[in-house]
Amino acid sequence: MDHFARLGLPAALDLEPASLDRAYFALQRQWHPDRFVAKPAAERAKASAEAAALNDAYRTLKDPLSRAVYFAELKGVELPGDGKTIDDPELLMEAMDAREELHDAASPEAIDALAAKARTDMNASLEGLGGLFLAGDKPAIRKALLRLRYLDKFAEEARARRMNIERSNA
Amino acid sequence: MTLMEIHEPGETPLPHAGEGSLAVGIDLGTTNSVVAIAREGKPAALHDETGKAMVPSIVAYPSSGGVLIGDEARLLLTHEPKNVVASVKRLMGRGAADLHAVAGVLPYEIEPGSGETDMVKLRIAGKARSPVEISAEILKALRKRAEEALDKPVERAVITVPAYFDDAARTATRDAARVAGLEVLRLVNEPTAAALAYGLDKGSEGLYAVYDLGGGTFDFSLLRLEKGVFQVLATGGDTALGGDDFDRTIAERMLAERKNDGLDDQVDEAVVKAALALARHMKEQLSDRDQTSGRFELGGVPSFHALTRAEFEAMIASYIKRTVDIARHVLGDAGMTAAEVQGVVLVGGSTRVPLVRAEVAKMLGKPPLTDIDPDEVVALGAALQAEALTGGGDTLLLDVTPLSLGLETMGGIVEKVVPRNTPIPVLLAQDFTTYQDGQTAMAIQVVQGEREMVADCRSLARFELLGIPPMTAGAARIRVSFAVDADGLLTVSAEERTTGVQQRIEVKPSYGLSHDDMADMLYDSLENAEADMTARLLTEAKVEARRNLLALDAALAKDGALLNAGERAELDRGRARLEAAIADQDRDEINAAAEALETLSKPFAERRMDRGIREALSGKSVNELESRVGE
Repeated sequence: MDHFARLGLPAALDLEPASLDRAYFALQRQWHPDRFVAKPAAERAKASAEAAALNDAYRTLKDPLSRAVYFAELKGVELPGDGKTIDDPELLMEAMDAREELHDAASPEAIDALAAKARTDMNASLEGLGGLFLAGDKPAIRKALLRLRYLDKFAEEARARRMNIERSNA
Repeated sequence: MTLMEIHEPGETPLPHAGEGSLAVGIDLGTTNSVVAIAREGKPAALHDETGKAMVPSIVAYPSSGGVLIGDEARLLLTHEPKNVVASVKRLMGRGAADLHAVAGVLPYEIEPGSGETDMVKLRIAGKARSPVEISAEILKALRKRAEEALDKPVERAVITVPAYFDDAARTATRDAARVAGLEVLRLVNEPTAAALAYGLDKGSEGLYAVYDLGGGTFDFSLLRLEKGVFQVLATGGDTALGGDDFDRTIAERMLAERKNDGLDDQVDEAVVKAALALARHMKEQLSDRDQTSGRFELGGVPSFHALTRAEFEAMIASYIKRTVDIARHVLGDAGMTAAEVQGVVLVGGSTRVPLVRAEVAKMLGKPPLTDIDPDEVVALGAALQAEALTGGGDTLLLDVTPLSLGLETMGGIVEKVVPRNTPIPVLLAQDFTTYQDGQTAMAIQVVQGEREMVADCRSLARFELLGIPPMTAGAARIRVSFAVDADGLLTVSAEERTTGVQQRIEVKPSYGLSHDDMADMLYDSLENAEADMTARLLTEAKVEARRNLLALDAALAKDGALLNAGERAELDRGRARLEAAIADQDRDEINAAAEALETLSKPFAERRMDRGIREALSGKSVNELESRVGE
């Protein structure tokens, strides 16, 4: 059963956060191990497995990027494992330039500006994904998702660097 | 409340599910413990005959025999200090490896367990006792108090633990309850329990924060409350930061002032204890007034020490800033801003310090909620959860893993399998593969922590998957599964997928983190993220380069004859350059040398391929080939 089906939702790139939460809470009410404390071991084990599967589905679908990656995989777009080398020369150049800019950024404000740009780029790219799926353009989807993954990582690195700078200034 | 239970034929009710037995909530604290009960959604702490809810977490084994708990145990401190144990919670799940961290902090004779991984024991009144049995004495006293107050047997409980308690400490807590004759319905994280107490009481909805500063630990959690659902979004903390640090700075100042006045004190353990006790008293006074003073007498020489609130606040500012940094980090993890937090709940005695309240208010832009006694709020929440679990409520508690769980891969890199703040229960798996041709075993090291390198994380368990059938490197598919149950306890299993060789291990680490390790694990992760990333990239480059060298060596051994002497010498030079680069730990040079070697070996690879094709074609007739081409 795929994650969408497990939560009783239509498989779609766009998902209303509130409806995802509603579906998840309702099913956890039914399956969470806390509901099975006084039940026989076999029932407890089944509930625990169900709850774990629900958590996996919820976690995957909650974040727009991980949802997009998952949806793409359902549609047969193959992505390299997370953390593997970037194989797109254009993206490689962008990543190297951005890393250098981040390295040179000396103030929290400068870092915030870089992180904000990464987030803006992410949102724009996420918005464009829908059209690519409609067109069924798998190479373009793959390219966009790899870039999104990189941008996400970059935003996290910017956060780490900002924390470092704030601590060394304190 | 269910008055009658109906069971399927053949299904026997649990022995404790009877009507007469009640379920309580217990906050088993480092300094104080509290037991509470909830009925129809109304929780209440259970008091002793003098009206006190808090039981000091102190156990004494008097020389006259028997066991004393709480205030009675404290009375024995003056006459038989060696027979009195306080703060035993700090030793829960700790092993020989942690001895250096706690020795000197606690005035007991500590002896390591029988093996490296066994929990330490304390030698008290001539007998070795484990932290589990000492904690069990506190639980027995709480249980007795509850049974007397309720006039009914109490056999089930929800017990709270710090969100940051690791596997070993959680297991030890469960074991202590069992020794005390209590069935643990659930271990609940302390901040979550506190939110439960507030949420149900007020029917609140929205995003709430819990700021929990106790004597020795700090926890910060973010929860979303919605129609009876308590969803923990993110949690973080520091297991070595709390009000004890405040006491220490005051005590140090007093001793320094005496020294400045020319008093030559012999500072030993007893002096430090006395100074700390006075410091604590002064700290508490400063919660209600602007200045205080204390009289400290040592060797018959008294000294007087004045302390203003402003001075005290300057002394503790750095500790509070650290809690604020951690809180910001947790907000970032949840992708939330301070403005989105609707309310913040204060837990723990140290939140009575006015500066703590002021800083929390400043960070979140709103005054904290303080209407429930911060010393009782955790036990009240636990009691509510106990009632919910025994069929009396409709609340749902969705908690998360506080620290990431992962595996060591090649070169000491941590591959995270369960990221921190993943909702539990959870079952996640990741596939790994072999590194060398013909490899038949794989060591699996399970780690907990946020850093990129294994050496910086805490090792939970180590086991070996044996009997992998010999295959070429990278062909085996080893799936490692991590399961974390609703109590936060971990089970790890590994399986070779192409043949089904399976090994399961229940990760029950019996020795815990050292103080310092626990203090910095999560906090360090961001601070060190950059350096970690550099280290990781270097290691990855090295691993990749070595893999290429191995492959080249294998090819040379098999088809070396395809090269003439000059080509071979050139290839060997390129090979040597890459090896030197690996030895020099220079990532750029490793990448450059690897690229150069790849270019150099390209003709060789092409010749090998040609030869492979020739071999495949040899002995086939032209007709056969043509018919194949035509396919």
